[in-house]
Amino acid sequence: MAEEEDVSTGIPVPEGASDIIDTDYEIGQDNIEAQLGPFGLDIHNPVFLISGLSVVAFVVYALLAPDQAAAFFGWLRPALTSTFDGFFLISANIFVIFCLALIVSPFGAVRLGGVDATPDYGYAGWFSMLFAAGMGIGLMFFGVLEPAYYFGTPWGDEPLGAVRPFTEDGALIPENVEAAKRMALAATSYHWALHPWAIYAVVALALSLFSYNKGLPLSIRSAFYPILGERVWGWWGHMIDIIAVFATLFGLATSLGLGAQQANAGLEFVYGIPTNVTVQVLLIIGITLLALISVVRGLDGGVKVLSEINMIVAIALLLFVVFTAGAVGIFTDFGKTLVAYVQEVIPLSNPFGREDDGYREGWTAFYWAWWISWSPFVGMFIARVSRGRTVREFLTCVLIIPSLVCIFWMAVFGGTAINDMIANVDASAVKANVIDAYKPELSLFAMLDSLPLASITSTVGIVLVIVFFVTSSDSGSLVIDTITAGGKVDAPVPQRVFWCTFEGLVAIALLIGGGLGSLQAMVISTGLPFTIVLLLMCWCIFKGLMQEYKHV
Amino acid sequence: MFKRIMVPVDLAHVERLRPALDCAADLAKHYNVPISYVGVTSPSPSKLAHNPKEFGEKLGAFAKEEASNHGIETSAHTAIAHDPTTEVDDALIRAIDETGADFVVMASHVPNVMDYIWPSNGGKLAEHAKCSVMVVRA
Repeated sequence: MAEEEDVSTGIPVPEGASDIIDTDYEIGQDNIEAQLGPFGLDIHNPVFLISGLSVVAFVVYALLAPDQAAAFFGWLRPALTSTFDGFFLISANIFVIFCLALIVSPFGAVRLGGVDATPDYGYAGWFSMLFAAGMGIGLMFFGVLEPAYYFGTPWGDEPLGAVRPFTEDGALIPENVEAAKRMALAATSYHWALHPWAIYAVVALALSLFSYNKGLPLSIRSAFYPILGERVWGWWGHMIDIIAVFATLFGLATSLGLGAQQANAGLEFVYGIPTNVTVQVLLIIGITLLALISVVRGLDGGVKVLSEINMIVAIALLLFVVFTAGAVGIFTDFGKTLVAYVQEVIPLSNPFGREDDGYREGWTAFYWAWWISWSPFVGMFIARVSRGRTVREFLTCVLIIPSLVCIFWMAVFGGTAINDMIANVDASAVKANVIDAYKPELSLFAMLDSLPLASITSTVGIVLVIVFFVTSSDSGSLVIDTITAGGKVDAPVPQRVFWCTFEGLVAIALLIGGGLGSLQAMVISTGLPFTIVLLLMCWCIFKGLMQEYKHV
Repeated sequence: MFKRIMVPVDLAHVERLRPALDCAADLAKHYNVPISYVGVTSPSPSKLAHNPKEFGEKLGAFAKEEASNHGIETSAHTAIAHDPTTEVDDALIRAIDETGADFVVMASHVPNVMDYIWPSNGGKLAEHAKCSVMVVRA
């Protein structure tokens, strides 16, 4: 006799009604399960193989014909961002408006995972993973660089044609300082607040909705079911998934290579360790090994723990800068930045009748393409950890709160750097490394140099850069593993080990053979097709929420 | 001697578990104790089920079937893991407490070289569980 009342113990709460899409597709039906020597395999045919082989093909191309690759992709990226800058800007605005509208619409009450689902992760773990997956590295790299750059740029790419605070020979023009600082911080915040998070939120929302509520596999293609129907399981879906894997793997590998160069530059600045390929390869091996430990320990035991540690260290560094650089001044800067952001976000996001091509095409369109090319990875990872939230809660926590955190981060790191440039026009290390000579990888360390205990905080900075790479690398490997296993989250461990290792090897090959820059340009170029994909996703989310709304 | 036997099942590969399932059923009859079948699933859709609730229903049906095939008392218990591949062992160890079992019978593959790097679930459970664990080779 079966004890029926016992049947569903282990599930904390019943999941409640949701509108499961009735499809004959069974998750894993196209998978090949095999035993390869001692390794178990469970891979999607043909996504796994084509993604893997095309990555190898592009690496070989970049290594065999480096000049041609550099010339082509070096032309392609600026060509795309300067031709389609209006398209990128308008699309990003649509994503922001779409997300904000969903927060206030009745659809906000729909719960991801069914009406009675409970959140899988608490706020601390959830927020840590949001930042650690896709934005942490950027905050480390651009937190000082970007505001300082806009503030003092002598290259004619001031946002909205803002005034310059320096004369040609580098002397300060006191009456321009306030306006230049305000615009620098507002223009930086524009790139890090609502717009990027809306891009991630669209992908994450689409995937969680179609996976947790509709019962489709956790894979990018599932979001297109309302448009493509059953065809989504065929070549249309394969293509979407393959491009997603491709963009994620190259996005991670090229960032890993370039990040190793940044960490190396930091090590040289602080400890005098020479900058060379050997040190960088060792750094990549170290980062990949840590990421391997993390993926083998799994989502809760590895990725989440590491993300939380990472977040604690980042907050400690942030607080250190806040208090050593003058808390009162920084909170005033934060207030001013927030106000300036609100005032300038519409002029900055308006694609028409602007003359600041250098800023709009070189920075904004570049950023939008970059965020969008990372969105399959970051969006899918956010989806993985966001089950159980309502749409309203999800968007508030993925859009509004991270935006405020990013603006605060920029006000702290950028504001401190700008204040240093104003206070020590001739001796500022930030000015020397960003404006007088453009060494972007040193900007963070130059800013920390102006504060007390620079050798300790710079070390913390280097550790953070490295650990943020680890947390991107491990979450990225999990995402690629899931997509290439046809949406299965329980594929054998050797597969995630393979992707994590593969990513490190691609980074090392490109670092030694050259081609990091050109392949990164290629990844960013995938932002253009994905922009169209994301626009379609908005429509699919709308359709999906309409059906779910019946159950609210 | 025992009060309740726990048997971890992978519903996707029931045919491979047959020796362990039959062994557990024989032991249950011998000691006249119930069996709790434990399945581990992720919150996201899997090959078997769209959500944990559906998984629980399938596991329940499986438990009933075993009950009528072997004439034993059974129950089903669903354990949820965010990342089943790596968290299955911890989920099973928790399930021992949750089901109140004092004896585990589980299937395991024949060890190979990989088990030096990643121990099998059965091996790990035997190492960490407080109760007796019987590993049945396929």
